[in-house]
Parts: sequence; structure tokens; C-alpha cells
Amino acid sequence: MAEPLLEIRGLHVEVDGKPILRGIDLVLEQGEVAAIMGPNGSGKSTLAHVLAGREGYQVTQGEVRYLGRDLLALPAEERAREGVFLAFQYPVEIPGVSNTYFMRAALNAIRKHRGLEELDGLDFVKLLREKLKLIHLEQDLLNRPVNAGFSGGEKKRNEIFQMAVLEPRLAILDETDSGLDIDALRIVSDGVNALRGKERGILVVTHYQRLLTYIVPDRVHVLAGGRIVKTGDRTLALELEEKGYAGLGAAAGNPA
Amino acid sequence: MTSHATMKDARTARWAEIDRGAAPAWLQAARRTAFERSMALGFPTTRLEAWRHTDVTPIARATFAAPEAGESSRMAPLAAAATLAGIAGPVLVFVNGHYAPALSKSGALAPGVRIESLAAAWAGRDTARLESYVDPEPETAAHAFTALNTALAVDGALIVIPRGVRLEAPIQLVFVAGPESDGPVESHPRVLVVAGPDSQATVVEIHAGQGASFTNASTEIIVGDAATVTHHRIQRASEAAFHIARTQARLGRDAHFESFVLGLGAALGRNDVDVRFDATGGECTLDGLWIHAGTQHADHQTFVDHREPHCTSRQLYKGVLGGTAHGVFNGRVLVRPNAQQTNAQQRNNNLLLSKAALVDTKPELEIHADDVRCTHGATIGRLDSQALFYLRSRGLDAPAAYEMLVQAFAREVLERTRDAALRAAYDGMAAERLLALAAGIAAGEGAA
Repeated sequence: MAEPLLEIRGLHVEVDGKPILRGIDLVLEQGEVAAIMGPNGSGKSTLAHVLAGREGYQVTQGEVRYLGRDLLALPAEERAREGVFLAFQYPVEIPGVSNTYFMRAALNAIRKHRGLEELDGLDFVKLLREKLKLIHLEQDLLNRPVNAGFSGGEKKRNEIFQMAVLEPRLAILDETDSGLDIDALRIVSDGVNALRGKERGILVVTHYQRLLTYIVPDRVHVLAGGRIVKTGDRTLALELEEKGYAGLGAAAGNPA
Repeated sequence: MTSHATMKDARTARWAEIDRGAAPAWLQAARRTAFERSMALGFPTTRLEAWRHTDVTPIARATFAAPEAGESSRMAPLAAAATLAGIAGPVLVFVNGHYAPALSKSGALAPGVRIESLAAAWAGRDTARLESYVDPEPETAAHAFTALNTALAVDGALIVIPRGVRLEAPIQLVFVAGPESDGPVESHPRVLVVAGPDSQATVVEIHAGQGASFTNASTEIIVGDAATVTHHRIQRASEAAFHIARTQARLGRDAHFESFVLGLGAALGRNDVDVRFDATGGECTLDGLWIHAGTQHADHQTFVDHREPHCTSRQLYKGVLGGTAHGVFNGRVLVRPNAQQTNAQQRNNNLLLSKAALVDTKPELEIHADDVRCTHGATIGRLDSQALFYLRSRGLDAPAAYEMLVQAFAREVLERTRDAALRAAYDGMAAERLLALAAGIAAGEGAA
């Protein structure tokens, strides 16, 4: 069997001295889609940000291996170039920078890192157009500034569009479903499903089971009180939908 | 004797020499009045509200020579570098305030159009018309430098566009200041633009140079009824230079005036743009972008005088500061009782790239009419750490992310230049400067 894409061992993380993650153990295999579910404040978004390399989090214990390498030793941009992608819960608006310009700079930074030639303008635009179709975005999006003036749904779709363009090995979707209506949820899910692949791992961080009827996970982890308190198959998500997170309090030994 | 007193004597002697020279009576009278006014006012002090944040004692204490017109070939490379390449249209080059015909090109002009040296025009036969352009309103204490310019200006540019003539190609006025063998120099270049009714012109005033020179530039623009004048001031003075500049525009009925100021150079820079609506229906757009680092000090002031009804003014000034640079913006809008239906907007945004950079910004709205729409806003901020992380999470390294965000901040002003070739030229100048700043930031505290 291929080596795991991601291995998190005993990860403890604090923010301003306050423990948020209290010993996360999690393995994501290549080709696997795993959901991380949990109530508000359980540490889901912290985990997503720590994996992407956001500053302001103190890792006090534990390690994270990405294809066998020490992920935490790399700055955010190195992780991105090595194939880690975070779809933001709140994508940032950047007025004055067009999507095309941004994506071209990002893709070429990644390609350069991998020893590939930079894409020329024509090939690049062709690539962008192809990927736009995947998530039903209009072409005018390419000339618009990154996320500026976008609706909530457009911002989330733009994240998946970026993922499609950058083709990461490890994609972390941080509450990509939040704020989406059913149509947008379906479009985003179809986009993500089209990006499933043998080598690619996807971590779907969500509060709701709803998303998982469209993006069917191979495994479901339940995060509560900064730890993974339960792991199961997709039926665990349905169970959570019925009983709520409170029902897991005993198992967590740490009521959320 | 202090050098201040020495310079006062030197300027008095210089004026006396100018006064003895041949000049139309009205010009001589104007120079005399201005000289007396400037001597009475002295250099502005920080006790004056309009100069509160800008201390000009370094200019007052320094000594400058005022070279005669003459051999200018030595400055040819500097002038060539300062001239915008690939832009059609006439180019007038001035070396230390004097017209340098050998470095200039005028090309064929439409009938009645005048684009020439002001000294030549003053020495010409028909100066009665020039007299009619003199603004009868005296300089206030805040503008002692303008009075000094009027007293000591010996040359500059005259641009006259007759009724109905539309000049497509921009007119470049390139002023280069450079040290003479006997040390730093001062100059008081003067520009007069007279756009007749329904005419159109774009004037690009470029200032560049070497060494610790002192330039005190004054530009007057008379925009006729339904005429459109665009004025760009590109200040790329040496980083050791003192640069004072003022643009005054008077607008006729339904006239349009667009001003853009790009401030990059000078150790101590001050730029004033004053607009006066002398008739109804006028519109002006005042844009500015300044990018400073090191110990540069830049003071930008605007004054829009809404004297008549139904006029619109829009202002967008943006500053990017690194190092220990100090930026000042003061935007004054005066809506007089008669100026009903005025629409005045003003915005000033500042981006600080270092902890030690400093901005003082103040909108000053004075409204005496009751049926007007006036808005203003000012911000001072740092680069958004969330946006930086967003860009880095997509693979851009810190310097590239800084650069992208700073460029984006500046772009809002730069993209307002309508002429594509000029816009590209300014983009390039700003990008070069921003790149240096962004790299410095990423290497320093920004990376933390």
C-alpha cells in the first residue's frame, strides 16, 4: 500500500496560550475523502489552518507528516507548492487583483517549484476556461478582482475553481458548504467530486451532514473538544444528524 | 551672517536684476508686488495651519545657485531619461528652469496653438493677451512660495489652445534640475495653460533631477467654457531634492479639469492642487498617488473652491509609505453660499508598510450652502494579514504577495488615467518603486 498522504500524530495546538487542539491523531490515505465533523468551537477550522500554515498558532506537541515529510516545518507558500490547498471558509476579498492575474501567479509559482515550464498566456486562459465549466462560473469572473463583490456562493465556487486550476495533492475544504443554497451546494459538490482521484486526498471539514450526501466520504472523523472522538464510515454522519453532537459527549469524555 | 540671510540677499539681487531687464509693464508690476509679498511673508512656518506638518527650514537654511540659461547638453541624458518614451506629441525640455530648445521637439501645430517658452512669449510683441490671464487675486500667506515664483520665474512653458481645437497627443513639459559646478541650484519654473472654449488638451509635467536642488514650480491652468484639460504632475525629483509645486486651475462654465499627481521623489516635497469653479456646471477630478520610503517627507494639499452652483469635484489620493517616511494629506473643500447643488467627494487612503512610517491626513469641509452633497473619508492602514495568508496559501512567496497587494492598492488610482500609453508609463514607474518597497518589507519586519 502507498504511504499515507497525511499523518497527524498527537497534535496539540494553542492560540494565545489557550489549548484548542488536544492531541489529534488522524491518517488520510492517498485517494481518500474524509470528513471532519464537529460542533462549533471543536477546533475544526484551527486544524484546517494549521495544516495550511497560517501563522498565529502554536504547535506545542505532536507532528504532521505529508507524504512522509515534516509539514509543519514548511512556510505556507512551500506547502502550497508541495500540493497542499485550503479552500477558505471565508475567502478573502482582494480588490485590484484580477482572478486571472492571481491564478497565473499562483500556478506559475507552483509549476516553477516542480521544475515545470511556466504556462504561456494562451494555454493558461484555455486552462482557466476549461476549469470554469466545472463549477459553472461565467468567464467574466476571470477579469473581476479576486472575490471582491462576489456573493457568498460565488466565493465558495471560486475556491473550488482555484483548486481545480492548482490541482493539489491534499485539499482541505473548510466549511465550504456554509452559506450555500442547495443549487450552489450541488455545483460545488459536483466540482469536488470531479476532482477526486487516486493520488489526491480531500479533507472535508463541515458542521453539517448535508454536504456529505453530495460528497460521499470514505471515512468520517468526529472532532470534539480538540480531539478525534469517533471515526467511522459515512453512516456515522447520518447518526450524528439524528442524535446531534451532544450524544457524543460521553465518548469524548469532554462534553462539547 | 546666516545662509538664510545670504539667500535672502541673493534672491533680492536676483529679483533686482530681473526687474532691470526688459519686460512688459504689467509683468514687471506683478513681479514687484509678488516680490514684496514674498519678502514680507518669508518662508511659511509650521505655525501656519497649511504648513503644520511640513517644516521648510531645511530649504531656508540651504544655499542655492541660480544658473543662467546656457549650455544644457550636459543634462541631455537626464532629460532623455525623464521624457516618456513612445508618446507622440510635443516635448519641451527645461534645464534648471530655462527652456532648452536643443533638447525639445515641437512638431507641427494646429493654427493658433502656442506651445512655447514663456520667456520668449514675454519678450514677444503681443503680451497684452498674457496680461489678461493674470489672476487678480493676491496670494495668501499659505502660498508664499507661489509669490516667490511669480517674482523670480524667468522661464517656463506657455500653452494656448484656441477655441474648438482638440489636441489628442499629450504635451510633455520636462523639467530637469541638476547641480552646477558651484553647488545645488534653485529654479522657479512657471507654466501657463490657457484652454479656449470647447478645446481639449493633456499636459504632462515631469520633474526629475540630480542632487539637492530646490524647485519651486507654479502652474496656472485656465479652462475655458466646455473645455477639457488634463494635467499630470510626475514628480521624480532626486531623493535629495526639495520640491515645491502648485497647480492652480480656474474653470469656466461646464469646463472639465482632470489632475493626477504621481509623487515618487524628493527629500522634502510639497504639492498643492487648487481648483476654482468660476462658473456653473464645472467638473474636476483630482487624483494622487505617492510612494515614499527612507526619510522622505511628502505633503499633498488640495483646495477646491466651489463658488458657483452645479459643480462636481471628485478626489482620490492614495499614499504608500515605507521606512520612516512621512506623508501628509490635507484636502480642503469650500462650498460658498452661492454654490447650491454642489457634489464634492473626497477620499484619501494610506498604506503603511513599516512601523515607523507616518501619515497625517485631514479632510477639511467648509460648507455654506444647504443643498449640496459632500462626502469625505480617510483611512490609514497596513497590509491585510488575511489577504497575505490567502496569497501565500496559493503558493506566492511573501515578497510576491506583498508586491501584489501593494500594486493592487495603487492600481485604483493608476487605472484612472485614460490615455493607455501614459497609464502604462506611470504603471511602470509605480511598479518599480513598489517592487523595491515590497522587497524591503518582506526582507524586514514583514516576514515575521
